[in-house]
Amino acid sequence: MTVSDVLLLGLGAVAVGAALLVVTTRHLVRAGLYLVVALGAVAGIYLVLAAELVAWVQVLIYVGAVVVLLLFAVMLTRAPIGPSEDLDRPGWPALLVGGGSGLGLAALLVDAYRWSTVDRDQVGDAQRLGTEIFRSWVLPFEVLSVLLLAALVGAIVVSRPEVGRARPRPPDRGER
Amino acid sequence: MTLAQDPTLASFGHDPWWLIIIKIVFAFLFGLVGTLLGVWMERRVVARMAVRPGPNRHGPFGLLQTLADGLKMAFKEDIMPRAADKVVYFLAPTISVVCGFTALSVIPFGPMVSIFGHHTPLQVTDIPVAVLLVLAVSSIAVYGTVLAGWASGSPYPLLGGLRASAQMISYEVAQGLSIVAVFLTASSMSTSQIVAAQAGNDTSWGPVNAPSWYALLLLPSFLIYFVSAVAETGRAPFDLPEGESEIVGGYFTEYASSLKWALFMMAEYVHMLVVSSVATTLFLGGWRAPWPITLWSGANSGWWPLLWFFGKVAVLLFVFVWLRGTLPRLRYDQFMHLGWKVLLPVNLVWILLLAGINVINDWRTRDRLLVIGGVALAALLIAMLWPTRRPEPEVPLQEQVDARPPGSFPVPPIDLQVPPSPRVRREVAERQPATVGGPSAGGQPEEKEG
Repeated sequence: MTVSDVLLLGLGAVAVGAALLVVTTRHLVRAGLYLVVALGAVAGIYLVLAAELVAWVQVLIYVGAVVVLLLFAVMLTRAPIGPSEDLDRPGWPALLVGGGSGLGLAALLVDAYRWSTVDRDQVGDAQRLGTEIFRSWVLPFEVLSVLLLAALVGAIVVSRPEVGRARPRPPDRGER
Repeated sequence: MTLAQDPTLASFGHDPWWLIIIKIVFAFLFGLVGTLLGVWMERRVVARMAVRPGPNRHGPFGLLQTLADGLKMAFKEDIMPRAADKVVYFLAPTISVVCGFTALSVIPFGPMVSIFGHHTPLQVTDIPVAVLLVLAVSSIAVYGTVLAGWASGSPYPLLGGLRASAQMISYEVAQGLSIVAVFLTASSMSTSQIVAAQAGNDTSWGPVNAPSWYALLLLPSFLIYFVSAVAETGRAPFDLPEGESEIVGGYFTEYASSLKWALFMMAEYVHMLVVSSVATTLFLGGWRAPWPITLWSGANSGWWPLLWFFGKVAVLLFVFVWLRGTLPRLRYDQFMHLGWKVLLPVNLVWILLLAGINVINDWRTRDRLLVIGGVALAALLIAMLWPTRRPEPEVPLQEQVDARPPGSFPVPPIDLQVPPSPRVRREVAERQPATVGGPSAGGQPEEKEG
């Protein structure tokens, strides 16, 4: 066992443990913080696998922006300090869906790679990643961006019910 | 002795352990001493702009004032609000400070030097995606602010934390995009390589051999970077997270003047140092000497570059202070308007333009002219056919009031009449009323004003 194996196992344990804490804790904001730890551990795994561009982009996007937005939304609506007792719902359907998709993906990946090895030099270098994404995988990339655009438009439509009404309401100057 | 000047990525990672520790301590001291001097400089400069002396008691020119304040804070009572989330309340200032110092580790302070016989670059470390590391770390620093606001368990800090998170996320986008232009031009994301890419002396404009700094070559990117850096650090005129006249002290209201408050102050100044250093590295040629000094051939070798680097950082810090002393705070909607509707589109168009220039640079002249002409024609057509803005319909006051959802708080009407300023009032009062046949017996008639 090399150092990177130990690191991989440790970081994986941290990620899984933090992910379990996300769903079991009764503190709303702390659940977000455990999510930060889980995503950070995944970034660490990328770093151990020498994919430094992906690792830092993971930190930048998921840790730095997505979870901050989540916390922002939680704080904007309600942010109790201390445990919330009304958080739990029957967890079995969620467990079924989450566990099923996780196991299915794991089986898929294990079957796809089997025991093939990848040379770890220059794996996650920015140039190679850019070439791969914008040459071979450009169609999925663009489809994903269309998906994000649809989500954006949908969010605007949901948040502004006055869109499409007969007579628009007076302009709201105090909009954020 | 001639040293190889420019460190490449291969020159990193060969240092013995004691040299690494020396470098880390040096970067840490840079942040620490920079904070001490930065606070002092800010107070002295703002005082001078406000025509008052500023701190001048402790040490020569009041240089030790910050040290005295820091000592005072260490001896103050550490208050823990009863409603606070204890762990997070303690963690928040630590996150802020640690993130600030971490970013200093990839800043190139100078070229290759010789330390105790070891030939090493003046930079703690460098990786191929060093600039991304700075961005990532500064995006983690947002947590310090947001969590401080939340963990205090009181409304004003929560509002400050909310403002801070929205502000920093919005301006991180503009900041990241402004750096993309640098990546495109330098074709590298490592800080030392970006400094090396700005070394070329091939851009000679007229008689002066202009420095090939990206601040000149990519001026829009530099301006956008600096504006969004001011917003990132939460400095005036973008200090909305701690707007003291609006939400008391923002996210650190409950951290009343203890060592934790000092940590927040330190995080702010270290963050300023980091964005100034990054701006120096990415846009102002890093540790390379500016033009008149480069006439001396030894300017870019040995330990001299440290001086040029510190000089550039000091100038940028002065600009930060200057802004604070000059500009009033923006309103929140104006601030968001600037970030999302001005900086972001300008940035995207500029990157598109730059990438287009890069692509057509090696085409034949005829094709190039065709493309440029086509783009210019399209821009003209769009400008001509762009619909003019229709004036917003006037909605009567009573309808506005009626349109509010039930249960709304009473708000002032939107067409609020602003009373005339005291100066206008005084000027109107000083005017002599013109009367027929000398001053009237009944005294001055009252002035009429809107």
